[in-house]
Amino acid sequence: MSEKKYFDEMLNADGSIREPYRILADWVQAQPKSALKQLAADAETIFRRLGITFAVYGDDASTERLIPFDVIPRVISAAEWRRLEKGIEQRVKALNMFLHDLYHNQDIIRAGRIPEKLIIQNEAFCPQMMGFTPPRGIYSHIIGVDLVRTGPDDFYVLEDNLRTPSGVSYMLEDREAMMHLVPDLFHKLKVAPVENYPENLRRTLESVSPDTCDGAPNIVVLTPGIYNSAYFEHSFLADQMGATLCEGHDLFVENGKVYMRTTLGPERVHVIYRRIDDDYLDPLTFKPDSMLGVPGLFDAYRAGNVTLVNAPGTGIADDKAVYTYVPQIIEFYLGEKPILKNVPTYNCSNDDERAYVLDNLADLVVKEVHGSGGYGMLVGPASTKKMRAEFTDKIKARPDNYIVQPTLALSTCPTFTDKGISPRHVDLRPFVLVGDKVRITPGGLTRVALKPGSLVVNSSQGGGTKDTWVLED
Amino acid sequence: MLGRSAANLFWMSRYVERAENMARLLDVGYRMSLTERGEESEHLLSMLQAAEAEEAFAAKHDVIDVANVAHFMLFDMDNPSSVKSSLFNARTNAKSVRTEITIDMWESLNGTWLEFSQVQPRHVMGNKLPSFLQSIKQSSNQFRGALLGTLMRTDGFAFAQAGNFIERADNTARILDVKYYVLLPRASMVGSDVDIQQWTMILRAASAHRAYRHIYHDRYKAWNIADFLIFRKEMPRSLAFCVTSVSAMLAMLDQIYGEPSACHDEAIKMAQLLTTGTMDSVFSGGLHEYLVAFMDSNNRLSNAISESYNFY
Repeated sequence: MSEKKYFDEMLNADGSIREPYRILADWVQAQPKSALKQLAADAETIFRRLGITFAVYGDDASTERLIPFDVIPRVISAAEWRRLEKGIEQRVKALNMFLHDLYHNQDIIRAGRIPEKLIIQNEAFCPQMMGFTPPRGIYSHIIGVDLVRTGPDDFYVLEDNLRTPSGVSYMLEDREAMMHLVPDLFHKLKVAPVENYPENLRRTLESVSPDTCDGAPNIVVLTPGIYNSAYFEHSFLADQMGATLCEGHDLFVENGKVYMRTTLGPERVHVIYRRIDDDYLDPLTFKPDSMLGVPGLFDAYRAGNVTLVNAPGTGIADDKAVYTYVPQIIEFYLGEKPILKNVPTYNCSNDDERAYVLDNLADLVVKEVHGSGGYGMLVGPASTKKMRAEFTDKIKARPDNYIVQPTLALSTCPTFTDKGISPRHVDLRPFVLVGDKVRITPGGLTRVALKPGSLVVNSSQGGGTKDTWVLED
Repeated sequence: MLGRSAANLFWMSRYVERAENMARLLDVGYRMSLTERGEESEHLLSMLQAAEAEEAFAAKHDVIDVANVAHFMLFDMDNPSSVKSSLFNARTNAKSVRTEITIDMWESLNGTWLEFSQVQPRHVMGNKLPSFLQSIKQSSNQFRGALLGTLMRTDGFAFAQAGNFIERADNTARILDVKYYVLLPRASMVGSDVDIQQWTMILRAASAHRAYRHIYHDRYKAWNIADFLIFRKEMPRSLAFCVTSVSAMLAMLDQIYGEPSACHDEAIKMAQLLTTGTMDSVFSGGLHEYLVAFMDSNNRLSNAISESYNFY
């Protein structure tokens, strides 16, 4: 299986070192195993003391784990990055235009470029948003695009993550740790900085404050609380931006305006970077039994007195079934050819395609349309007969609940393991901010599947992270 | 600042201080139980009574001995004031206000929790108990050092410090009260060696046995020791010092917020009583009664702070 059929980030097909990795490869070569082992141990100490942990769903609420960190960075050349950056910007622009259209005229449906049923009957479509225009017409401000690489020039977008993507704190802390652990490498290589992210996030949030807000907007981060798996990130970002970290009960709505309860009484809030799902935002508009949200918040939002980031209803544009239409969406709104590739996706509602899928499950990846985090999926090449039989039944029962894609040959990157350095599969999540302009942090979070041969990089499934170095010219 | 965050800071500090004082209290009970053979359970019981934990203890244990009491006061999560419960609550509060505290403070508290939660109780019993209690005090010192050395002097600092001193005042009063519950075998033993020895332990629990000499230039005497821990403003664990410090923190808040608060008035009144009070009046009304009344008003002050600053 693991013969040389995967593209390796560090190696050419002939086994020579790829140019961007030249200096790093020399450095790695010069490290005895004991030195790398020490670095790995030091890194773990840093992360544990900082409390960078995540809670695994289903575990006891008090269990906190560290996401494993690999000390060998992933490197991207300046030229490679420029192309990715262009492709990402194109995609997020088109998807924001798509959202604006869906919640207004629905031109793209009228033009017959996307089936009406797919949108209107989709759980992720938010009818409450119809006819409302958020500040600057932006719906998805904070985005984490999942990319995978299969060859020197082949990047695929796996998911757009337009709702509340997480992981940016790991990107920042991974860099912090690397600068602490291997300062000498940063002298030898010019690595594009990522430290501006919190500053850029703040500028982005300020740029979309409500028109009714004159003066400096009051920005808060809304978290479900300390038991949420991403709580560390919520507090980290609030801290880095100098924003107040709030839970639902810290906020209230009066006369269509949002206030937080301070030691001196109510204080007006203008922009909410919310890390709570749409359904839980406001019990008066969405799930009535939500304890996490703020009653009346959605009305305050529609009245233009507060900005929610991201807007409710962005999920329709990163729905796995809508995903297959993104190339058409880009062409429809921008009149351009997509720069980044979409993964070809089979539609199981179509008899011929379903037949093909069921015959070839061992080579395919099956995902639930509304699943995430690596749960509820089947990775064909790593599956057992029993698992395939299970999924065959599931697909037959509810064909439109699944999308099916070929197994991508995810690139590998040298990784430090118990048995020394060995290749492991990686993906890449660059972080994008959309406000007065589009800001993309160079690099992003590289996730690495630590089990030998595994293609699943999710932290909940044994994945780790690496620092990502975009080289400057 | 959110009212909730202010409450989190206040309680974070209270719980750190409580963990330290539980260790101090246990230290007193443990040492007393060592000094007189046959009286072990008596001394330990007096300590449990001072901690208002005798009923909860009795519900779980039949025998009052060092091992059971130490386990209950150090590791029992069903005991809301055990060191472990206190550290857990301190960390939970700190986690809720990660943005209001410094990395140094978080590292200290989180490190203490990680270490403490991995301790096997049986590994720190017997001869190892005193040094384990010492390490708990040191963790608290480290956290306090991080707070004083790194936290901005804004409203958050004032809330954290106010909580710290409210808790310490309560605990000093409790440590003193242990002596009330210790029954001397005969009334004639008041002033005896045993009596004085017990008072000395109280001083040790407050880390004050050497400072005492510098202030009083005298043998250990009950009267002086009580005076030291109640009225002396030089003594950083005395009731007078703690209340004055709370009052100073509330004055700081008045200044930061530009408006006076009702709770500050209460603190000023309490501080005045401690400035004008005398040992004569304390002993004529009864030390125990005095301490109980103090703990009540200290508690009222804590509630007044919660109310003035919208804790929830």
